[in-house]
Amino acid sequence: MRRAYFKFSWIAAVLLAPQLMIIFVFFYWPSAQALYWAFTLEQPWGGGNTWVGFENFANVLSDPYYWGSVRVSVIYAVATTILAMGMALILALFADRQLAGYRAYRIGLIWPYAVAAPAVGLSFQFVFNPGAGIFSYLNTLSPGVWDPSVYPWQAIASIVIAGAWKQVAYSFIFFLAALQAIPRSLSEAAVMDGARPLRRMIDLQLPLLTPTFFFLLVINITDSFTDSFGIVDTLTGGGPFRSTDLMVYKIYTDGFQSLDYSGAAAQSIILMLLVMALTFVQFRYIERRVHYT
Amino acid sequence: MAKISMRDVRKSYGKDQVVHGVNLEIANGEFIVVLGPSGCGKSTLLRMIAGLETITAGQIAIGDTVVNDLEPRERGCAMVFQNYALYPHMTVAENIGYALKVAGTPKAERMARIAAVAASVGLGDFLDRRPGQLSGGQRQRVAMARAIIREPRVFLFDEPLSNLDAKLRVQMRHEIRRIHNRIAATSVFVTHDQQEGMTLADRLVVMNKGVIEQVGTPSEIYDQPASTYVGGFIGSPAMNFLSGQVDRATHSVRLASGDRIDVSPAIAARNHGKLVQIGVRPEAMTMVPAGQGTLNATFEFVEELGAGRLYHMMFEDLTLTVLAGDRQTLAAGAPVGLHIPASAVHLFDADTGKRVEAAPLAVVEQVPA
Ligand SMILES: Nc1ncnc2c1ncn2[C@@H]1O[C@H](COP(=O)(O)OP(=O)(O)OP(=O)(O)O)[C@@H](O)[C@H]1O
Ligand SMILES: [Mg+2]
Repeated sequence: MRRAYFKFSWIAAVLLAPQLMIIFVFFYWPSAQALYWAFTLEQPWGGGNTWVGFENFANVLSDPYYWGSVRVSVIYAVATTILAMGMALILALFADRQLAGYRAYRIGLIWPYAVAAPAVGLSFQFVFNPGAGIFSYLNTLSPGVWDPSVYPWQAIASIVIAGAWKQVAYSFIFFLAALQAIPRSLSEAAVMDGARPLRRMIDLQLPLLTPTFFFLLVINITDSFTDSFGIVDTLTGGGPFRSTDLMVYKIYTDGFQSLDYSGAAAQSIILMLLVMALTFVQFRYIERRVHYT
Repeated sequence: MAKISMRDVRKSYGKDQVVHGVNLEIANGEFIVVLGPSGCGKSTLLRMIAGLETITAGQIAIGDTVVNDLEPRERGCAMVFQNYALYPHMTVAENIGYALKVAGTPKAERMARIAAVAASVGLGDFLDRRPGQLSGGQRQRVAMARAIIREPRVFLFDEPLSNLDAKLRVQMRHEIRRIHNRIAATSVFVTHDQQEGMTLADRLVVMNKGVIEQVGTPSEIYDQPASTYVGGFIGSPAMNFLSGQVDRATHSVRLASGDRIDVSPAIAARNHGKLVQIGVRPEAMTMVPAGQGTLNATFEFVEELGAGRLYHMMFEDLTLTVLAGDRQTLAAGAPVGLHIPASAVHLFDADTGKRVEAAPLAVVEQVPA
């Protein structure tokens, strides 16, 4: 590979500065703050922070509510990822086959990606609301069967559906682009070899999608761990009975509502390490099985 | 094994017609080469036979079955694509055996046939590689093997050699011909390389802008091109063209310059006064001392071809080329006489471009090259 080497120059430094500033202000500085808080405790009556070592982490990890939060976060991440990627793949396969109207829904499917998470949560309020939403129809059949503010599994299902709906768009775009990058002559060769559409999908399209699939898996898992706050906040507020108290949401409530900065900071660090570990595992064990062509 | 017959086959994309009424009968076991410039509709024609493109009008039959509405898999054709279209995630063996796998052939039989076919094209040692780990020529062989293993009735080739270097191309050309002879399928081979076409074909089909200009054995097409287009397209270096008018009295064609080129008396008698294009192949003209030939031209420069030399002359404002075996040294600007025997002259109608004959074209019995 060819590499270019540049001498240090003031122009380059000046041009880089704004971007570096932004990264510093919005990433390194808060991260450093979080680290500081995670290992210190604010004294009850003022007087600065005292160093407490791993005590904050020990407190967090011995809290059964925290483990509940981890459990539901994992459920949420796995469920939204499967749902979003599955839907995106199916839709992309159909869009790629250019069935009637594919142009319209190709555009329609890209929109949700531009919608902010709280807006998604709000709109799904209208879907899941037990009194007035679309799902309230269930209650006319048998009063009281549908109420996410009462039944934990229904609350989880609601945030999973809303979260998946938001993520479908992103995966769809990538799947569709990858499908369209498969040379037409490959499908034609398979046609000549006698393979019908379903067979071609299984033997040709899906294997050739594996690099995209892997990329989307990493992105979706990471996103569902870190980017679910808006949906939980607007849709369930973490309830009922903390059943949808995802890790990011708990960080927010502990930090900004209970004002336990140190606990929240420790949780942030744990979440960050968890996401890093997951990404590492995915690269280490799944990427090997991917055909890069 | 099957004959192919095409009746008034047309293809339009939207309002654009790109194939305009092709009629062609291909005999069982024949090797047909479709030759034409880029964009003339060769691939489209081939893909219509394969079933990858629908037929806008007309009829295609393979064997005794009209295949217009049959799916590609029901037509018994195998195709070799220009870019090979190998499945990148499958090994060579899986690529070759995919059609059998789809057809549900038992694994043991499949493996045996893959091994046999791979060995026959010299791929025995590469069965476990992926296409990405093969050279261009090896990929080409995989594409061939994938087509052969199905034992197709019809072999379709869409410029399969155009991505190979010159030497390998000649080698693969021979190999394709050998395979064709061995499995005795009917082959249709598309190319824009006339040398490839001339050497491979039992019969050549010359296409231009969606119509067939001429069908015939390579030597028929070379010796009696049916139009100025075919004359100019087939043969390298290309045919020389001059315009003039037929004169019965002197049985010659009078050029604008006043020079006369002799033609056979029979042709002159039938076509008196007709405006024509004269075609003369570079190797059919000879250089003679100035003033002694049919025309007088000015020498410009020479191209060395190894086996001979190509002399470029100016005549009026035309460039004429003469291919000669001997090596003459001429100074640029030197006057040269050109001798054009009546037997070397091809006459074409100036308006239609069609060949002008003394009598309706005799059926030439020739053994395919
Ligand atoms: N899908 C399509 N839609 C519209 N026009 C097309 C399509 N495919 C081919 N054509 C047109 O049909 C004509 C013939 O194309 P074709 O591919 O058969 O040419 P070709 O003779 O094989 O040329 P080449 O030697 O470059 O491969 C071209 O003018 C091309 O632009
Ligand atoms: Mg083509």
